[in-house]
Amino acid sequence: MKPAPFAYAKARSVAHAIELLGTDDARLLAGGQSLIATLNMRLSEPALLVDINGIGGLDRITLKNAHIEIGALVRYAQAQRSAEIARAAPLIALALPHIGHPAIRNRGTVGGSLAFADPAAELPACIVALDGEIEIVGPQGQLTVKADDFFKGLFETALTPRDVLTGVRLPAARADTRVGFAEFARRHGDYAMVGLAACARADGERLSNLRLAYFGVGPTPVRAHNAESALADGDVEAAVSALADDLDPPDDVQASGALKTHLAGALLRRVVGQLGRVPS
Amino acid sequence: MSERFHDIAVTVNGEVVRERVDARKTLVDFLREDVALTGSHVGCEHGVCGACSVRVDGVVVRGCLMLAVQCDGARVDTIEGVADSDEITDLQQAFVARNALQCGYCTPGMLLTAQELLVRGGVPNREQIRAHLSGNYCRCTGYQAIVDAVESVAQARAKR
Repeated sequence: MKPAPFAYAKARSVAHAIELLGTDDARLLAGGQSLIATLNMRLSEPALLVDINGIGGLDRITLKNAHIEIGALVRYAQAQRSAEIARAAPLIALALPHIGHPAIRNRGTVGGSLAFADPAAELPACIVALDGEIEIVGPQGQLTVKADDFFKGLFETALTPRDVLTGVRLPAARADTRVGFAEFARRHGDYAMVGLAACARADGERLSNLRLAYFGVGPTPVRAHNAESALADGDVEAAVSALADDLDPPDDVQASGALKTHLAGALLRRVVGQLGRVPS
Repeated sequence: MSERFHDIAVTVNGEVVRERVDARKTLVDFLREDVALTGSHVGCEHGVCGACSVRVDGVVVRGCLMLAVQCDGARVDTIEGVADSDEITDLQQAFVARNALQCGYCTPGMLLTAQELLVRGGVPNREQIRAHLSGNYCRCTGYQAIVDAVESVAQARAKR
């Protein structure tokens, strides 16, 4: 189908974008790989698209103060080529090849994935697993929101309609950082039926500071707190059993809730193997 | 300037095209309807099938998931331009030789996407070829012959 009519404006700066977003029913356009599909299907009919692709400086990847900052307009393909992300955010590097297809990754942006907050998307779960912070600029100024507080509900985030997500800040990986990522999708590049992003610290033979973030199992990324505790005690099978308390995935078109819980356990076993290894 | 209609100038296959476009017009519809380049096909119109693949500023994108108005000032290469410049003649010949197409609807997108992989150099293995083409659907061939064609071109180019 073709989109319903809308007006279009190219934002010159973040401040200009915020000003333009003051129009009723305005939507922000970044990579457009989800938004334009929904426009084509007329699932969304905004009055104005505010295109932020021309704003300079939002496509930077910078390392500072033991953190890595990824600008909102960093495209997946650019992130895949980034030596900084490979070194300082190995979990993101593991997740990127699972996102869509090459042409989608040439256009889709890190900020777009977080702002859209699809419950089956890879990056929101990664940011939760990494205990990242999301940078927002709005009419009231700048705001930093922890990933745990950012994802509020189905396609719902801490962003208000006039806010611009400008980037994400993650703790840079250290020598003892361990990460793991796995997902089940029916075809490569599809949204996952279930996925898991995990981060931990190696503490001798043990793992500490464990964060397991599942996606595709609820309206937002879901932390598996009971499984984290069991895994910190070194008991993988207890962790798999604990997922029954941590997760309550609804049935969807791809799989029943029971199947998703089963797959979540299989993913956990795989990811535990990755967490035992130094990221390459 | 929050308007519905915009004047754009796009360099399509090396020639500047100036047009007034409705903001809602996708890049692939602009190329087909306004520039009369119908080699880029419209399939699913929601980014799944890859039939509309074109190159914008050197990278392959979905022509249905970009708006024409966003391409003001950009360089767009379509299958017509890439074929006319002889950039992919060997790839086209390999597709013919291996029967890597039947109806041909997906072929322009396949060629552009395969070329993006091949210009990186080296000889990708079959798994890498399949992964790179995973966003381009072919409902006729079963992909085997397409992977054969891309692999044979990679091998031939590596020997040059």
